[in-house]
Amino acid sequence: MKMDLLTSLYVFMLAAFIGFEVIKRITPLLHTPLMSLTNALDAIAVVGAIILAGEHKTTLAAILGTIAIVSATSNIVGGFLITDRMLKMFKPSGAKKA
Amino acid sequence: MSGILGSDLLIEITYLIATALFVFSLMWMSSPTTARRGVFAGEIGMVLAIAGTLLHHGIVDYKLILIALVLGTIIGIPLGKVQMTAVPQRTALSHAFGALCVTLVGTAEFYLPRETPMSRFMIAVLCMEVILGALTITGSLMAAGKLQEWLPQRPITYKGQNFVNLGLLGIAIIVAVILVMHPERTQLFPAIVAIPLVFGVMMIVPIGGADMPTVISLLNSYAGLSAAAMGFVLNSKLLIIAGALDGASGFILSMNMSKAMNRSFSNVLFGAFGQEQVAAGGTAEAKPVRSATAEEAAAILSAANKVVIVPGYGMAVAQAQHKVRELFDGLTKRGVDVKFGIHPVAGRMPGHMNVLLAEADIPYDKLLDMDEINGDFPQTDVALIIGANDVTNPAARNEPSSPIYGMPILDVDKARTVMVIKRGMGAGFAGIENPLYFLDRTLMLFGDAKGFVGNIVRELSGGAGH
Repeated sequence: MKMDLLTSLYVFMLAAFIGFEVIKRITPLLHTPLMSLTNALDAIAVVGAIILAGEHKTTLAAILGTIAIVSATSNIVGGFLITDRMLKMFKPSGAKKA
Repeated sequence: MSGILGSDLLIEITYLIATALFVFSLMWMSSPTTARRGVFAGEIGMVLAIAGTLLHHGIVDYKLILIALVLGTIIGIPLGKVQMTAVPQRTALSHAFGALCVTLVGTAEFYLPRETPMSRFMIAVLCMEVILGALTITGSLMAAGKLQEWLPQRPITYKGQNFVNLGLLGIAIIVAVILVMHPERTQLFPAIVAIPLVFGVMMIVPIGGADMPTVISLLNSYAGLSAAAMGFVLNSKLLIIAGALDGASGFILSMNMSKAMNRSFSNVLFGAFGQEQVAAGGTAEAKPVRSATAEEAAAILSAANKVVIVPGYGMAVAQAQHKVRELFDGLTKRGVDVKFGIHPVAGRMPGHMNVLLAEADIPYDKLLDMDEINGDFPQTDVALIIGANDVTNPAARNEPSSPIYGMPILDVDKARTVMVIKRGMGAGFAGIENPLYFLDRTLMLFGDAKGFVGNIVRELSGGAGH
């Protein structure tokens, strides 16, 4: 149990470092799609909700889990959709046909 | 038994691949040429992780899951198809959804019957998850409401506001500490959800539209951190990593935004922004300004070699971006070098202007960040400001008494001619007078952004017809 926690802390720390390094390189041009993308990725919390709803250990857990799946899924679907729609609009000078 | 272990291993492998794909996804976001690949990687990772989770041997009830997944998709599709001008409020709303998921799971986990009681550390992390999640839910809903203009955009402040807000948060934390020390007092838990829900509302009440880029980024960061905390509770490395990446992203963006507004980060963290903006007690003194017509503006623009357009939120409000594209095309055709100078906090969220201009088909290599464009202004013939105000105010550079002193601005006043499209002489959002408008080189173009740009375009094409 204690080891698990420590490992989790290591994982969190390293992921945060990677996050800083990777995000720093992202051009301000794409900061809006970046936010909608990370929003969609963050909705991976759906896996926790799926287990909660699926295991059906208590009625409360099943109900809360189900609502949680709905809200996370809407983020996944909506987030990826709009990110791709935005990115499709970014074209370089050469590709432009007026 | 071995079958169960086998499926567990398979699940972990899907999570491992999903994690790698998520990191790749963000790496590919660094450039517009690879960014769509990044979205694809993220999607594959997400599908893999969900498919893996469905193999979990503890799952007995697939019906609820399926219904919820379908329902979420039905809600998600319209949210992915909103107009580009509505992206800031959509983003705020999705922060609320993300936080809702985390808060609900955290609450359910707390009440779950378990053989061995949760360790104190776990309870502490769970409390953090729920506190961050709950304040993000209501905070984001408030932000979305303000952005959608369902709620008043003007900040609402009262005496002792910071004291009340910090007090609320403090009480939530104290209750959490008591709960960690006495885990048997489960009746305290609802307070840990309820108080931050109230705090979230109170936190956004004093926030005005111009502070939204910082606030949205901050809420993004909170949503990520609460998801990471959920990963600790569920012992899911995938969640910890996704949450940490999201948290880091939101953190960096809010740092950028607060730097671009010259606010200290602690100022941002404690939600004490939008405060103490002294109402400009100005008697409307009639200082002379020079104004010009669309015809004159068109003549000056077409005679220029180098033009920098500075868009602001006013352009978005007037929906002028398509007219601006026509202006861009018209000038480019005449051999004028046209670029866009974009301040980090222009608009209502980070990168807002870029998305609107890209939607209007302006090539992204013409959209330059403040740091990239500022060196160009001394060689610029015309700086054309459309719907931006405070981010061009030279007082930020040379008037220590100004409330925005020290804020990095676009140095438009170094251009040979400055043109400002503006409805009237009203002060900017912050209520601060802009000395830029009274310079000799400045021409005020009074009118609606969309209409005025349209008139310039007409003049330009009329001239070409001769």
